[in-house]
Amino acid sequence: MEYGLDLEYSFSEFLKGFGLSSEIAHIIWLPLPMLLVLVAAVVGVLVTVWLERKISAAAQQRIGPEYAGALGVLQPIADGLKLLVKEDIIPAKADGILFTAGPILVLVPVILSWLIVPFGQNLLVSNVGIGIFLWIALSSIQPIGLLMSGYASNNKYSLLGGLRAAAQSISYEIPLALSVLAIVLMTNSLSTVDIVNQQSGAGILSWNIWRQPVGFIVFWICALAECERLPFDLPEAEEELVAGYQTEYAGMKFALFYLGSYINLILSALLVSILYLGGWGFPIPVELIAKFLNLPINAPFIQVFTASIGIVMTVLKAYLLVFIAILLRWTTPRVRIDQLLDLGWKFLLPISLANLLITAGLKLAFPQFFGG
Amino acid sequence: MSIAITTQFICFTVLSLVVIIGALGVVLLESIVYSAFLLGGVFMSVAGLYLLLNASFVAAAQVLVYVGAVNVLIIFAIMLVNKKEDLKPINDIKSRRVISTSICLTLLSLLIRVDLTNVWRLSSPKNSIGEESTIRIGEHLFSDYLLPFEVASVLLLMAMIGAIVLARRDVMSKDISTGLPVDQELIEKSSEPLLTNKN
Repeated sequence: MEYGLDLEYSFSEFLKGFGLSSEIAHIIWLPLPMLLVLVAAVVGVLVTVWLERKISAAAQQRIGPEYAGALGVLQPIADGLKLLVKEDIIPAKADGILFTAGPILVLVPVILSWLIVPFGQNLLVSNVGIGIFLWIALSSIQPIGLLMSGYASNNKYSLLGGLRAAAQSISYEIPLALSVLAIVLMTNSLSTVDIVNQQSGAGILSWNIWRQPVGFIVFWICALAECERLPFDLPEAEEELVAGYQTEYAGMKFALFYLGSYINLILSALLVSILYLGGWGFPIPVELIAKFLNLPINAPFIQVFTASIGIVMTVLKAYLLVFIAILLRWTTPRVRIDQLLDLGWKFLLPISLANLLITAGLKLAFPQFFGG
Repeated sequence: MSIAITTQFICFTVLSLVVIIGALGVVLLESIVYSAFLLGGVFMSVAGLYLLLNASFVAAAQVLVYVGAVNVLIIFAIMLVNKKEDLKPINDIKSRRVISTSICLTLLSLLIRVDLTNVWRLSSPKNSIGEESTIRIGEHLFSDYLLPFEVASVLLLMAMIGAIVLARRDVMSKDISTGLPVDQELIEKSSEPLLTNKN
């Protein structure tokens, strides 16, 4: 399956034309995909914030942002600018170093996890062998940031909020990892590219959602809980609590939390689409269409076309899931903390364990359907 | 020296410095919360060192287990019992410090001696397995390291049962730390549901 335009190769060939060595060309190339992914993440956040405002308005029969740009599309930028120029306050009795480090520790692992999100066969920052495991490991760092900011605020509500947020994200990490493990079992690989390729056989029919329906639901619930989205937004609970660990934060430090939670939402949606909805795959395999139309699959224009279809499909699937998440946020009531922990430990954990066992059994029984 | 080797050297130096300074901070800092957070930093840098050694699976497992589980648990414990209480001053603190320093220095000299006398078998980058290491680790865990692996899980199970016994004080009639009889009313109150059913 190793075909595709090699952008890095052509880029370094282009630079070598100017008389640079291949090593320097490689160093100039390295930051480009990273920057591109960073920009994509931030633009994704802006789009999601706009969607959130518009969909929530529609759910409540309002109009929503209207005057900032056409249909209010510039509203998220205005929000971001407002947060950027706000005064950066550190409370007098707060612990300055930890207070600053907390939001950073929340945001950085989320951004690092974009390393493994593939938008096409070769369209990802790095196809690391441990792939999806890297994301699970990185997302386990986040609770430390939450605890740190809760503690550093020197405020009882913040500390309790931080403890609650950390407890929530720890308890939902386990069923999340177990449902990922079932997918990995079927793929025989941790790499996200392999996971998508394993689903690409027969278009929409071979997507993992049909083989892992329980895993899909468990993963989606856990992903929502990890992102602290309603119905699981207990750490913040804007109508009832004092915003939990974010209470003392203002300006850009608050914006980091805000950015982190939205980037995490998009990342989770992208990962659901990669793990269960065939990633960049078109519902009908592109190779089949090309064969039907008698087009050569390796021709450059077909390559560009399939790559753009891949990107569009990944983003489309992810935003469909983001839409569902936003709709859930504005239509469901919040669960209580004891219900939340009960759901995580007493329901999702046994179910995901059973799902893993059944997947292993089915893999042994029907290796042609469940990965040999 | 090529750029790759230079980068590797810089990363190694930075990571080792963070490990050493962070570990010293964990031991020497007065504030226990800072120590706990620094411990997380030390674990992260050790994971970075594993990455430099081409052991990406071990690095990710290090982050998941030590940072994501062990360190979070330590911080949790510290924050839940972070009482501001004045500890009794210890009389012979100076002699204790001298003794512990000498023991630590002895251990350090032992380690240095092992490091200098042992002949290290350095594998060349050509025969390093890199990405294949995940599969290799799995094979080892299910063949020659099966017994230690399973015994470790039994150990964890024992620790878990112990923690449950300690946490559920209704198992014992006396408080373990103070020796006072346990207030059973409090336990009954805590096991009541938060909201009573109204039907």
